[in-house]
Amino acid sequence: MTRQKRSHHKLKRAVAPYLYLSPSLLIIGLLMLLPMVTVIAYSFQNSAVLRRDPSFAGLKHYQAIFDDPVFWASLWHTLYFTCMSVIFHMTIGMVFALMLNSDRINPTLRNILRVLYILPWLFTAVIIAVIWRLLLEPNGVVNSILMQIGVIGSKVEWFSSPETALHAVTFANIWAGYPLFMVSLLAGLQGIPKDFYEAADIDGAKAYQKLIFITIPQLMPIIISISLLDFIWTMQVFPLIWITTGGGPIYSTEVLSTYTYKLAFSSYNLSQASASAVVILLISLGLTLFYIRYQKAR
Amino acid sequence: MRKRHTPKDRLITVALHLALAAGLFFAAFPIYWMLSSSFKSNTEIFALPPTILPKAFTLEAYAAILGDPVKLRFFFNSYFVAGAVTVLTVLIALLAAYGFSRFNFRGKGSLNTLIISTQTIPPITLLIPFFGLVVSYGIFDTYVALILTYLVFTLPYAILLMTGYLNTLPRDLDEAVAVDGGSSWTALWRVIVPISLPGVVATSVYTFLLCWNEFLFALTLTKSTSMRTVPIGIQLLMGQHAFEWNQMMAMSVLGSLPLLLIYLVAQRYFLAGMTAGSVK
Repeated sequence: MTRQKRSHHKLKRAVAPYLYLSPSLLIIGLLMLLPMVTVIAYSFQNSAVLRRDPSFAGLKHYQAIFDDPVFWASLWHTLYFTCMSVIFHMTIGMVFALMLNSDRINPTLRNILRVLYILPWLFTAVIIAVIWRLLLEPNGVVNSILMQIGVIGSKVEWFSSPETALHAVTFANIWAGYPLFMVSLLAGLQGIPKDFYEAADIDGAKAYQKLIFITIPQLMPIIISISLLDFIWTMQVFPLIWITTGGGPIYSTEVLSTYTYKLAFSSYNLSQASASAVVILLISLGLTLFYIRYQKAR
Repeated sequence: MRKRHTPKDRLITVALHLALAAGLFFAAFPIYWMLSSSFKSNTEIFALPPTILPKAFTLEAYAAILGDPVKLRFFFNSYFVAGAVTVLTVLIALLAAYGFSRFNFRGKGSLNTLIISTQTIPPITLLIPFFGLVVSYGIFDTYVALILTYLVFTLPYAILLMTGYLNTLPRDLDEAVAVDGGSSWTALWRVIVPISLPGVVATSVYTFLLCWNEFLFALTLTKSTSMRTVPIGIQLLMGQHAFEWNQMMAMSVLGSLPLLLIYLVAQRYFLAGMTAGSVK
């Protein structure tokens, strides 16, 4: 190669990665970063989207949200829904993974059960919502079984009484989400070196000691990163709640996403909805920063 | 060494199998109930005591769904949008992944962090500005609106998945092309793409699923019945015929078929995609 050709080649190598990345960056920039800036701008305007020349509103819309008791109720429901979901996803996922990983069960049975235990994960949120509405209908199969075995005395309206609705949607979400933990923890369990357990056997360790001192510490990185992701994603859940209860009855299952959606598309108060959306964004970003720092520290 | 066949040991094995059975009931009963209800008549669904197997097996619910052009249109829309987004996503992500995997450049680390962090942006936050944009560009209630917005959510995952896959391919392959004087573009299409099929399949599967499941944007950015996708169709069915549970279950079964089929046929790729966000 001549020198000129070589420097030309070098230049091409330097520019090439940006060219390959340009379509993606264009889309992410125009359709993700720009809208994020836009929604922040909307939250400081009066009649955002609806008027061409909206006036500056300052922090008025944030003030309105923080003065709204429904917002605080939504925040609390979101926290309850998310924390319970993550805790039970993790517990059920762990128990199922440990059971499937046991050498007491026959490998064929293990493979069949693994496929069946993953099932809830394969269904769309809307379909999960519809299935649970059918199951938890006042005249549905769950009430009928529970009454037969005497757990409840009369039909419970799971989704339409304020006392049970939040627990019912949380339960449906727990059912739908544990397989992510199960699959990840199973993969993690298979990666723990066998000699750890052999060494513990020689020392005469009991099963629960092996679990506490070997298995759980070894799985800790997976548990922490999946919990963080699950927390961020569960916090954003919309369709499951929208279809089962729509946030009701009397706001008893209102979460941040349904609260924001109603502000925007039922009340057409897009400015206030933007302020609420920015609050959700900030919470998510905070958790995401935490997640990324954790991943980098590993 | 584990001692076998002591009475205590047998007891543990039996208890474990009982627990597995309980787990199976928890995981699979709701799905079984959906399936069996879709083959029942509407009155049998609420029969007391509940019938575990359909007593009078009927396909009437499926006939009602498949014989209704409005409902078939929901399926067409879902397949069309998910298919289009999948093709676009895989192409664009492949280019970006190639850039990430084979080049060192300024800003690589921060771009990578940016892409990882976009995965966690709440859809509801983007919904309001998207609504504003879609209305002002006159694409409200069109396929274009759905395809463009879905791309934003599928691309970050697809780039991470594809980069991860390309990183597993030996670099000597494309370096050989460079030694022969070929450009990186030639190396990409002649060498990398032909051996990237598993990565492409995993990415496609995951992208398709994300689109197939999407609800919030389809709900907000489309309006006419002819533009609605399956998840919205199910919700509409619920509003219109609140008591036609067998039809709702049949539509749910039909709406779950693509996911179930992909899972059964390509389990490995499916799991690779589903856990992609979390193992990164």
